[in-house]
Formats: sequence, structure tokens, C-alpha cells
Amino acid sequence: MQKVIESSGVGKKFGETQALKNISFEVNESEIFGFIGPDGAGKTTLFRIIATLLLPDEGEIKVLGIDAIKGFKELRKNIGYMPGRFSLYQDLSVEENLNFYATVFGTTVQENYDLISDIYSHIEPFKKRLAGKLSGGMKQKLALSCALIHKPRLLLLDEPTTGVDAVSRSEFWTMLARLRKYNITIIVSTPYMDEAMKCDRVALIQNGGLLTIDTPQKIREGFGKKLFRIRAQDKYRLLMAMRKYSNTNTAYPFGDSIHTTFIDNSPGDLLPGFLKSEGISGITIEESMAGIEDRFLELMEKEKTPPLKTISELPL
Amino acid sequence: MKRFLGFVKKEFLHIFRDPRTLILLFGIPAVQILLFGFVVSQDIRNAGVAFLDMSKDEVTQKLTNKIISSGFFRQTEDLLTYNDIDRVLKKGKTRAVIVYDENFGKNLREEGKASMSIIADGSEPNTATLVTNYIMAITTDFNREIAGSTEGSGSLINPEVRMFYNPELKGHFMFVPGVITLILILICALMTSVTITREKEFGTMEVLLVSPLKPIQIILGKVMPYFILSLINVIVILILSWFVFGLPVKGSIILLLAESMLYILMSLSLGILISTASKTMQQAIFISLIGLMLPTILLSGFIFPVENMPAVYRWLCTIIPPRYFIIIIKNIMIKGTGFLYVWKETLVLIVMTMIFIGLSVRNFKIRLE
Amino acid sequence: MNGTVISVRNLVKKFGDFVANDNLSFEVYSGEIFGFLGANGAGKTTALRILSGLSSPTSGEVRVAGYDARKEPEKIKKNIGYMCQKFSLYEDLTVKENIMLYGGIYGMSLPLIKKRTAELMGKLNFSEYVNKLISDLPLGLKQKLAFSVAILHEPKTVFLDEPTGGVDPVTRRQFWEMIYEAASGGITVFVTTHYMDEAEYCDRISIMNEGRIVALDSPANLKKQYNVDTIEEVFIKIARPVMTKT
Repeated sequence: MQKVIESSGVGKKFGETQALKNISFEVNESEIFGFIGPDGAGKTTLFRIIATLLLPDEGEIKVLGIDAIKGFKELRKNIGYMPGRFSLYQDLSVEENLNFYATVFGTTVQENYDLISDIYSHIEPFKKRLAGKLSGGMKQKLALSCALIHKPRLLLLDEPTTGVDAVSRSEFWTMLARLRKYNITIIVSTPYMDEAMKCDRVALIQNGGLLTIDTPQKIREGFGKKLFRIRAQDKYRLLMAMRKYSNTNTAYPFGDSIHTTFIDNSPGDLLPGFLKSEGISGITIEESMAGIEDRFLELMEKEKTPPLKTISELPL
Repeated sequence: MKRFLGFVKKEFLHIFRDPRTLILLFGIPAVQILLFGFVVSQDIRNAGVAFLDMSKDEVTQKLTNKIISSGFFRQTEDLLTYNDIDRVLKKGKTRAVIVYDENFGKNLREEGKASMSIIADGSEPNTATLVTNYIMAITTDFNREIAGSTEGSGSLINPEVRMFYNPELKGHFMFVPGVITLILILICALMTSVTITREKEFGTMEVLLVSPLKPIQIILGKVMPYFILSLINVIVILILSWFVFGLPVKGSIILLLAESMLYILMSLSLGILISTASKTMQQAIFISLIGLMLPTILLSGFIFPVENMPAVYRWLCTIIPPRYFIIIIKNIMIKGTGFLYVWKETLVLIVMTMIFIGLSVRNFKIRLE
Repeated sequence: MNGTVISVRNLVKKFGDFVANDNLSFEVYSGEIFGFLGANGAGKTTALRILSGLSSPTSGEVRVAGYDARKEPEKIKKNIGYMCQKFSLYEDLTVKENIMLYGGIYGMSLPLIKKRTAELMGKLNFSEYVNKLISDLPLGLKQKLAFSVAILHEPKTVFLDEPTGGVDPVTRRQFWEMIYEAASGGITVFVTTHYMDEAEYCDRISIMNEGRIVALDSPANLKKQYNVDTIEEVFIKIARPVMTKT
């Protein structure tokens, strides 16, 4: 099976800022590959390099077996690109947008209709509506249809779910999963850590560098210590108390609980007593499997040595 | 009060930290003063004058010398027959032809008066009036000089004035062609300059680039609709000029339309070039409107004749495309000339168009940086 | 319960025919962290603007910090802090200039501004950034600074509109710690967000969908009520039947 992307040592600088450094990874055919990371991590820059819209300053990258720098003309015929802002023509209708992209790629809507029918069926009732008047979820579906209409071998989706409601987001991932049977390789970027679980393999990216690349499951398993979820009535007090506790390695708020790791990998018998003495009640402590976000935080921490005990000690 | 001052201070900081605002604030007035100061003038300088001397005697020679050495005029040609007058005026380098009748000097001595005519190019009414007045003044002065000498006392040279092409000296003969030139370049350049930058701003350009479309296809594809629409625009304007102002098209309408098509194409290409250089629509609009409007009005010969300007500005005028189209359009509409009289200007416009398109394709960024 | 800081009854906001807020009713108590959740376009920002005195309701009663939102919006503005979505800070001014500016706008005296600035700089470890332009700061720092400026004048209530968009997980947590700290000091925090997991940080939340409030309770109670583990699942259960129609 051919590698769809082969990247080695890719780097990119904008003025003084190093947007990407030493990016090396591979993507296999028919995979759903995710880049997970916050704003400013470098996801969009990387996607633009893959789409041949930017040139890397260092390193090499081959897409569909072709050098991305020299072979850009050929590549631009075979990539379906959906950039960050659902770039649709606001003053054209749903139908007109789709027809336009089909024509530009030398095909027709009919030819590849079965490919997009699942997705397009949601918005087909609105096909005469102007794209600018669609809701976020519908725009997303239209943009995806336009990117797919010419049956590309590689689909590049840059933050397709950002700013879209939770229902549409989960529908979107269902639609992506169904595309597998067409042998289209899909590369997605997202800031939502939970979406990592829906990919075959994932790369965690932060500050222009890759923290790790693996299947979501293996990334979770790679978490260095045992993770404990601690709950109490007063969340803030609990957080402050956990930071004070001598055995605490790391303590991060995660919604209704504090995800904690301990230096000797166990809360110890002293913990409940300590918390009570801090005036905290309703305490529950349970061990739990680390999630992608836990691992992300752990890796971010490792980037800055030595390991820190409290959040406020992290350099800003 | 403190709130207010704090706010004012912030506004000052914004202004000083934005180089573009500073340029606007200080640069533009300076440029305008310079342009307006030198270009706007009611004086004549270097106006072309040709002589048809049917007499060729001492008197005519003296008067001719006086006219030429006045500093306002520049001698262009010596004509041989009346038929030459039309030809010379059509060429555009001569503002007026002075005709001395036969036996000028003899008539002056013996009968105390002589005939001369001033035939001016009426397609630019303002200049024509000025030129004629200046010549008349010089002639009156000449009258006084010879009154006190042996050539004749009480003698009178009373020039007869005729305006070619625009006998009634209608202002809109000058005005309307100029306005057509101005409007076409502004609208066309504005439209195309915005269209590419709009795609850049809205992000759709990114998607277009990652497609089989070639830059030349994108550029020409954007020019096409505006080309067709602008042509319709020109036809409507011409019809309006005819009905409302009574402006004729003395020459060939086909030639006029063909030249207009060329000019439109040139303006559209200029707009495309501007859009390849602009990052935002605001920038593009600014450059197209403000960058083009003032030079077109002041330096194209629309209102202020080019030859009246100082040398530096005259050089500047040669790179202003509307300058050439105004000559073409006036020649065809008002003087009724054919292609032979405007081929040079046409060639310049063709070259400019090719340069603009060529540069646009070259500048067109196939990548995002 | 502590005193009611915000009281909303039958709030309706229309833009022409479009009903952005459809008959909203809720209360927010002193010292609470109240989360106002919903997808983009649900009507959150519209409601927030009315509560912060920036826009007036079409109908209904809205009282904030003891003042009527329709009749006394100016008094509301004086007594609250506000952090809008795309930063309230001026990119081409320095950190110090921004603080001085807002201090002046809030009507704070110079010694007070200086005192609060020193406190802020110390807490955020900001001293080296004091004279840097905002545009030169990393995203996380900008947001933390924006929040600090919003509470510079120590208001009783602060409104935050989607404050943690796009930020990395660490900074997001640091930001919520700042919110926690403010709340434990007695400030009522009204925050809108479309991140469902942040709902868990709040004492009580309301979920908006298409202009209406479809859920209002503590996160724990809602999860129990719908028998799910996360607020996102609560949202999907409530919103799905409506979503598939649009």
C-alpha cells in the first residue's frame, strides 16, 4: 500500500515565529488521520503545506508519492481541500456552489453523486438557498460535499467541526467514517480532544511540534502514571488542597473532578484525612483510565522540564 | 473628564502607531498641493501655432516673430494651402492656425487694413478661447507698434476668429469625452481590483488554488463578464451624450467602439494588476479610486491641457493611460479623424494592456505567501 | 441562597421577524459561576448583550446588579465587568497602556489603578510584558490579561463571552482557575461557552437552543436527569430531535 503522506523534518517560519519544526510523520491509504491541538499549534500551516499552498523552509514532504513542492500542479487535481473557514461562495446557492466545484474539477454532480449522497441529502431540500444563509452545521456539510465531489484521493479537512454545534459534530464524524469504503484517505485537524477517539491514528501537535503519533488507544495507554479522579463538594477548595498535598505529582481540573497523579502512584491513606482537615467534604477517589487530554497535558508538561506540581508554576 | 482624556490619548496612540494613517494624514495633502499648484493653471505655455502665410512679406514676418517670441507659443508648421489646416489641426499638436491673406503688407500700407484669420481647434473650448485671446492681444499690441511708424497710420489688423469642430464652443465637447474616459477607467479598474482581493479575503481563493484552474484562466475568467458589461455601458453613455448633449460622433462609430473595447480591456487589466498587489478589498478600492482618480483628472489632459504644464509633469503624463484615450476619443468624436491619426495612441494602449496582463499573470500568487 | 444578582423574566429579543431570545426566564445568585451554554447561533451572545446593558430587550423584565436593563443600562455598565469574544484589548497598545485606559474608563483613581496593576502583574507573572504590545503576546496570555482587565475595578458581577475559544488545554485550565478565584472572592461570574465540558466547572448551567432555554440546573443534576455521563450527551439528547429538522 502506498503511503499517502511521507513527511520528514518539515519546518516553517513566519518572520520570527517558528510555526512548525521537525515535523515527521506518515499517513497510510484509507486512514482517518487526525491532528489534535489548540489554536496556534501549527495545524493550518501544516495543512497548507500538504495542500501545496505554502512551501516548507526545511525538510521534505511527499503527497500521494509526489514531491509537494515540484509536483504541485498534479497534486492540486487530486486533493479535496476544505480550509478553516468553510470557504464557500456566500452569494451563490447550495446547488450553484456544488456545480461550480464539480465543473472546475472536470466532472459533474451526477458522476460522483453516490459519494456525497449521505451528506448532501441533509441539505438537498435547501439547494436553492444562498450559502450565506445556511446554519453552521449545514455550511459544514456543503463544504464537505464540494470537497468530495470530484472524488479526490486525499481529503484535507482543516478544523471542519470548530464552532459547530455538538449534534452536527457527531453527525459529521459518522459521515466521515462512511467514506472509508471509497478508499479515500482523510486527514482532519481539530482542537477537540475527544474527537481523537474517532480517528484511526492521531498526532498530537502543540507549538509547532508533534508530541506523539499513534492510535488513540495506544496514546491513552502511554500515560506514564496511574490516573485518579477526585471529586468533592467545593471544586476550587479541592484543587487548592490537592496542590498542597505532598504526594501530588500533577493536579488538573477536569470538569467536575480533579485528575491527579501521585508521586508514588497511589493516593495514600493520608489523603482523605488531609482533605477533611482542609474543610472539604463529599470526597470520592477513584482510579480511571487516562483520556487523550490527560496524555496531552502530560506531554505538554514534559516539553518543559522539570515536571511541575502546580499549574501556576507553568511558564506562561 | 478623566475618562474622556484617557480615551483621547488612546486615539492618538492608534494614529501614531499606524503608518498608513500617517501617510494619509500628511502625505496626501502634500501631494495634492504639488499637483494642483502646478497643473491647474490658466496660462498658456508652449501652445502650438501654425502659420499659413499667403503674403510672405516683412510685415507678416514681423508679426509672426512677435507671436513666437512672446513665449506662449511654439511654431509647429508652415502650411501651404487652406486644405492643410484641417489636417494640421487634426494631428493635435497645433492649437490654432494663423492665416495671413495675400498682399498683407501692401494692403496695410495702402488701405490701412489687412486681413488675417485665426482658426482655432475648438474641440478644447477653454484652450481655444485662451489661445485666440492671447493672439488677439499680441496683434493689438502689434497694431499700436506699427501705428507709430512709417508702415501706415491708423492701420488696423483685425483678425477674424473661427473655431473648427466646435463652432459654438460648447463646453461639453471637451467635457463629455473626458468624463467618459474617467468613468470607464475608474469603474473597470475598481470592479476587477475588488474581485480577486474579495476571494483572498473570504478564503475562497485558497480552494480555487488547490484545483486544476490555471492563473490565466482565473484572470481572464474574471475579466470577461466585466468586459461585456462595460461595452454595454459605453454604448449607453454614447447614446445619452447624443440625446442629452447633442454630442456627435463625426468619425466612424465602429472605430470608436473598437478603441473603447481596447481601453476597457486596458482598464480591466489594470484593475487585475492592482488586485494581485492588494491584500484586502479596502486596499484595492483605495488604490483604484484614489490612486487613479486624481492623476486621471489632472494629468490626462481632461481639463488642463498637457502642454501648459511644466516639463516634469508632462513627462508624468506620458505614463497615464487615459491621456491617450482622450486624444483618441476626441479625435474620432469631435474631429472625425480616421485610424491614421490615432494609430500611435492605439499602439500605446495595446502595449500597456499587454504589460498589465503579463504582470498580473506573473504576480499572481499560486501559493499563499 | 445568596442574594439574586441577575433576574430575568420572560425576556424576548426580536430582530425584525427573527426571534433571537424566546421567553427566557432564570436567576443568578451572588458568588455563583453560572454557565450559559448553547451552540453558535442559539442566542447566547444576544442575551449576554442585554444583560450587560449593551442592548435592550424587546419585552420582558431584566434586572442586573439591582438595575433595570431597559431603563438604566448605563448604571449596569458601571457596575459590571465585561470580556467580549474577540478580546477587549487594543492590539496596537501596550499592556500598561491598555490597563491605564480601562482604569480611566472605569473611573478609577490613579493610585487605585497603580495598586491593582501591581497586584495583577504579580499574580500573572507579567512584569516582563508590561511594555509589550498586545499583538506580541501569546494567545493564552492575552486572554488572561483581558479577564484581569475586566475585573480591574472589582465589580460584583462579570460577564464573559466565550473566553476560552481555541486556547490550549493548560491555558484553558489556568483561565478557569482565575474564574474560580474570582468567584471565591465573591464575584458572580456569568460565562457563555460552546464547550460542553466547561459546563462542569460551573455551579449551575442553562442550555440554550434556538432562542429558548431547554435545560437549567446544576451539571450533576442534569446528568442524573438524563442518565448520561457528560453534559455534551445531555445536549445531544435535548437538541437532536430539533436539529435534524434544520
